[in-house]
Amino acid sequence: MSIDLKTIKHISKLARISVDEQKAEKLAGDLNSIFDFIEKLNELKTDNVEPLTSIAETTLKLRSDEVKSKNIREQIIKNSPQDNEDYFVVPKVIE
Amino acid sequence: MSDIVKQSLTELVENIKNKKLSSTDVTKAFIDRSEKSEELNAYITNDFTSALDKAKKFDQKPNFNLKLPGIPMAVKDLFCTKNIKTTAGSKILNNFVPTYESTVTENIWNEGAILLGKLNCDEFAMGSSNETSFFGNVQSPIDKNLVPGGSSGGSASAVAGQLTPVTIGTDTGGSIRQPASFTGIVGLKPTYGSCSRYGIVAFASSLDQAGPMAQNVKDCALLHEVISSYDPKDSTSIDFKRNHYSKELTNNIKGKKIGIPKEYRVDGMPKEIEDLWQKGIQYIKDCGAETIDISLPNTSYALPTYYIVAPAEASSNLARYDGVKYGFRAKGENLIDMYERTRSEGFGAEVQRRIMIGTYVLSSGYYDAYYLKAQKVRKLIKNDFDEAYKKVDAILTPSTPSSAFKIGEKTNDPVSMYLNDIFTVPVNLAGLPGISIPAGHDSKGYPLGLQIIGKAFDEQKILNIAYAMEEKINFKNKITDWWIK
Repeated sequence: MSIDLKTIKHISKLARISVDEQKAEKLAGDLNSIFDFIEKLNELKTDNVEPLTSIAETTLKLRSDEVKSKNIREQIIKNSPQDNEDYFVVPKVIE
Repeated sequence: MSDIVKQSLTELVENIKNKKLSSTDVTKAFIDRSEKSEELNAYITNDFTSALDKAKKFDQKPNFNLKLPGIPMAVKDLFCTKNIKTTAGSKILNNFVPTYESTVTENIWNEGAILLGKLNCDEFAMGSSNETSFFGNVQSPIDKNLVPGGSSGGSASAVAGQLTPVTIGTDTGGSIRQPASFTGIVGLKPTYGSCSRYGIVAFASSLDQAGPMAQNVKDCALLHEVISSYDPKDSTSIDFKRNHYSKELTNNIKGKKIGIPKEYRVDGMPKEIEDLWQKGIQYIKDCGAETIDISLPNTSYALPTYYIVAPAEASSNLARYDGVKYGFRAKGENLIDMYERTRSEGFGAEVQRRIMIGTYVLSSGYYDAYYLKAQKVRKLIKNDFDEAYKKVDAILTPSTPSSAFKIGEKTNDPVSMYLNDIFTVPVNLAGLPGISIPAGHDSKGYPLGLQIIGKAFDEQKILNIAYAMEEKINFKNKITDWWIK
């Protein structure tokens, strides 16, 4: 199997990571060597194996839906890279 | 002062309780040692001034009923600490100040411990050498230009170098046990669900566990007792009866059956590792326990499985870093451009590589071939352990396939770096507890570790086996203080 540059660019779009030509080539090389290693799994027949969906075989507990952290808006907003006191600010999305 | 930092956690607790030492004495000694140890680059952020204040406050009104009375402690910078910068070793969180405390660290402070600072680690805990940290690599106290292992490399370096009496790390594929092995200390990766994941920067949620790292098994048991708790804030936290691990610690392991899995004898494994393992088997027998040859047939598929499951979960977990609500933001021409540049400039190369792998294996058309396949193989790996535990109480293996390597030696070859975790990864995939204890040195004088793997929730038993073996091994870490001028 081989991951080509077109695939790398497609994945990088999905992952929202910008890549230039040079980086795409490096990533293609790395990913191909990693996937060569991963392909070993094809040696195993797993048609009749149930996939593992949860490592801890317990049922999830229910709890009441209560707000516990109150009045922390200011603290939360403080961590944003750009704020307008009450809101998170992003580049303009409407033309 | 210099002898204070040489004391174990157990000794320090005793000396503080007996009033032979004050919390201020102890805290000062570790701050002093940490300040002289900048070359190790073990800390990302220190909190020394406020640590001293807290120590003085403790001494004015001491509570000796606590399990960690006035004990200073640095922790891995993957645990969120309220009002103290938490970076996960990443540029993208370089300015992030949590508004809440992780449950595990909360448990530690509730027992009287005092935060010294936040320790360096691989970026988002992705690495086996602490070389992927945005804040630079960590030096091992064992030798100059030697990696301390990873991802809890700063933690390992800080304990082995006596910058903190004990610490906590996190382990997704070996990130506590491998650095513990590389630096001659003890590291426990608990059963999945034993320690709360609340407030730990997420890497791979079905594999991540926090755990203690210490100079000896008893300290490790004591710290584990403090951090392990049921937590409603983590939906995968498990409500089971936890032991008083340090009180119930015993070196009596007579009659226990220890499995020796033949598949861990991998191609190209140095003779030194094989010899160490044989020595370990002899120690087990000397303790009055029995060894039994067992088979874990799917062992060689664990690492390829891990490199599908862990990146898949990571790519989902790390989708939250978008430059909007917190962390680093790059300028972009529009919203999408801003996201893409933020993530491209904010994440390092290894993290981007793993996000790409994860995105690919989860993408339309590839999900069944990779992710579903991996989850099926993960089931087979877990079945292997279940089968083995019908015959044995625990399993003994080497912790790593080699001793520590030099800084820069494996950075250009991701797969050779990944192979470091070959003996630790299966334990995470099966959700089991595993402990690494120092067991000897290689020809270069570097430490080598042995791993004891238990059944789920059987921490007490593997701690006991480790405790019994520790007594027989009588390991002495060779720390020369090379970094202190």
